[in-house]
Amino acid sequence: MLNTSCSTTVRVQQNDFSLADEYEKLNQDQTDGAVVTFIGKVRDFNDGSVVTDLSLEHYPGMTEKVLNDLVADSRHRWPINHVTIIHRVGTMALGEQIVFIGVTSMHRQAAFNACEFLIDFLKTKAPFWKLESTLEGEKWVDARDSDTKTAEQWQ
Amino acid sequence: MINVLFFAQVRELLGCSKLSVEPSAEIHNADTLREHLARKNDKWAKVMASDKLLVAINQELCPWDMVISDGDEIAFFPPVTGG
Repeated sequence: MLNTSCSTTVRVQQNDFSLADEYEKLNQDQTDGAVVTFIGKVRDFNDGSVVTDLSLEHYPGMTEKVLNDLVADSRHRWPINHVTIIHRVGTMALGEQIVFIGVTSMHRQAAFNACEFLIDFLKTKAPFWKLESTLEGEKWVDARDSDTKTAEQWQ
Repeated sequence: MINVLFFAQVRELLGCSKLSVEPSAEIHNADTLREHLARKNDKWAKVMASDKLLVAINQELCPWDMVISDGDEIAFFPPVTGG
């Protein structure tokens, strides 16, 4: 049976999310042979500093718009079905989940590609900013040229 | 009125998250708005002169020569670092 109902879910929230719950929501169609998920986490070390926690700020309204546009763009590139993007804001401790991306498709390659495309572009286009607490004090995370180059490879 | 928003380091350095600007012939695009804001004082001049500064008009990233109109929402912010 062909897909008749693609779905896009975009959420920006303070609360944590559950991989099991999100997988369950993505797992709606027997047509989908592939479910690819990505989770980004708070790590304890960045740019030579020991990180103790992380705060994320965003631009309400623009963020959701950019994320929905990225999903629309990925749908033009690959035959994907259900897509979920969750990005947390506020303060997070070490090891906590920051971002979730889940993509379903008939076959794995489209799902892998779309998931990677979405995280690459989210990192360079979506208006989120990270403020790290380190042993030397608070520090805004600088954008990385390597992230921009990675995203450019999809052009 | 033009509604101007500031985020992340830009907000922090300016000590300002939003303000309103009266539209005028002098302020007709993102760049002239930036010049207008830079004239406030040295602190604003420094932040507005950053070559890393990005601008969005009505929640869409845009080039500095993008025309602005009365009622627009203009946001200034540094390169993004989410994910």
